[in-house]
Amino acid sequence: MERRGKFTMFDVINTLFILGCVILCLAPFLHIMSVSLSSNAPIMSGRVTIYPIDLNFDAYTRVLSDMSMIRSLLFTILLTLAFTASAMVMTTMVAYTLSTEKLKGRKLFMLLIVFTMFFSGGLIPEYLLIKSLNLLDSLLVLILPGLISPFYMIIMITFFRSTIPESLNEAAEIDGCSDFGKLFRIVLPLSLPVLATLSLFYAVGRWNGFRDALFYITDQNLYPLQLKLYQMVMNNMISEVTLAEGANAAAVQYLPESLKAASIMFATIPILIVYPWLQRYFVSGLTLGSVKG
Amino acid sequence: MIRKSYVIKHWQLYAMLILPLAYFIVFKYFPIYGVTIAFKDFNVFKGITASEWVGLDVFRDIFSQKSFYVALRNTFMLNGLDLLFGFPAPIILAICLNELRLKAFKKLSQTLLYLPHFISWVIIGGIVYQVFATNYGIVNLLLEKIGLGPFPFLSDKLYWLATYTSVGIWQSVGWGSIIYLAAITGINKELYEAAEVDGASRLRKIWHITLPGIRTTIIVLLILKIGDMVDIGFDRPYIIGNVMVREYSDVLSTYIYRIGLQSGQFSIATAVGLFQAVVGLVFILSANYISKKTTDEGII
Repeated sequence: MERRGKFTMFDVINTLFILGCVILCLAPFLHIMSVSLSSNAPIMSGRVTIYPIDLNFDAYTRVLSDMSMIRSLLFTILLTLAFTASAMVMTTMVAYTLSTEKLKGRKLFMLLIVFTMFFSGGLIPEYLLIKSLNLLDSLLVLILPGLISPFYMIIMITFFRSTIPESLNEAAEIDGCSDFGKLFRIVLPLSLPVLATLSLFYAVGRWNGFRDALFYITDQNLYPLQLKLYQMVMNNMISEVTLAEGANAAAVQYLPESLKAASIMFATIPILIVYPWLQRYFVSGLTLGSVKG
Repeated sequence: MIRKSYVIKHWQLYAMLILPLAYFIVFKYFPIYGVTIAFKDFNVFKGITASEWVGLDVFRDIFSQKSFYVALRNTFMLNGLDLLFGFPAPIILAICLNELRLKAFKKLSQTLLYLPHFISWVIIGGIVYQVFATNYGIVNLLLEKIGLGPFPFLSDKLYWLATYTSVGIWQSVGWGSIIYLAAITGINKELYEAAEVDGASRLRKIWHITLPGIRTTIIVLLILKIGDMVDIGFDRPYIIGNVMVREYSDVLSTYIYRIGLQSGQFSIATAVGLFQAVVGLVFILSANYISKKTTDEGII
């Protein structure tokens, strides 16, 4: 809203309020970063707030020298790439087909898929299925069950329908273009924004995914980063809080605060690096979705 | 004859459907068939089909267990807190963001406020446990300096509810504001100009133009949210919760995991899941019905 007029009291208060929100939003990250770079004494006395004191990289050296951490990071990168690529191929296939208005049986297929958005078998039947398919403790269990999100599929269908004019499709058909040809020569080149956005959503979902690994993976070599971080750091912190008053407090091996913070940063930094470059795609994704109305 | 020729002519389309349909049948519909073990005495060695039917015994069992009601109550309680505090927050934020005069600052703030949405719950949990720890958490250390606390933010049930709720707001308020900002963009600019001519203050314009302008969006999202009351994610309560506060943090999703995968009571856990799915479906369908009746906008 471009309006004239001077900067009033209202604007001052409002700007300060938003500034406060932004600070509250970022302060936890700054604090964890500062703790990861500080030495123990100032941390324990509460002097480390949002900048490091006694700057040192010891905690990072320890995290980076833990080969299982590096391994987990590389595994998660590969897993995310493999998952995103497969999910996009599957989602594009189903979305392109179901965006064809005249397809015989379209309504039935659509119903079959949309129903699964509102009713699912639940954790145990899914677990038993995975078990009977011999997928427990395998790479595939982190890829296959999430290949198509009906929600993303609908976003893609909406996009195909609203951006690609029917006349273009008909012209291609008259020229003898096959369905594959239309997909590769017309639909995909015109749909790069939605493809980018949905790839990102799939990738972030996989990168941040935790529960499927917790349910289905026991082999440490297949721990994605999130589960690794949970087992290494969170478990330790939780027992610290819950056993603080208990008699067996001594049984817990406390990790230094800076090491915990560095492990958290280790898993956060990849997101912080890609976020500024990709955030506009994330936001455009949400507006793509709201077209559905 | 015509039907057949369409399928043959467009065989490529149907070929592309084979894998996706197989995916839905295997990974979505097989588990739905697996739900039958809620009515069976499930035996791991016999498998789903061969296990014996027991009718509603499993349900009688869960409805007599106190821990089930606790998980059910907590699910409603945590979702209710999110509704009460987490729902209005993005509306207020969107209105304030919209009123910002400095466009560059507005854009930067939005970018930064969306960030927590992309951080996993494990990382957020790690941050929460470090920041709010009773002994050496920075919040308690700072409060101690002004002579307060320490407060058991993570180990006392009531404090934990506050922690859970505020962390949820922190994580989702920025992202949640996008949809309201989009709705505000759709409001007719002339309304503001006319109000300005009439000498309306900024607050009056917010109250009489902006809020009514996004009313439909608010109502639809509110109904949607109420329709999701029985549904609760796994990560957030599981990761932020702990044994000390289990009486409040154990919700249906974590309860199913605990009794199902950890204790191996497959039939009981499946029955709880089925109960949740059915009640959830009823909630969603009623929400959709109400939404269509009141605003002409359905969710489905």
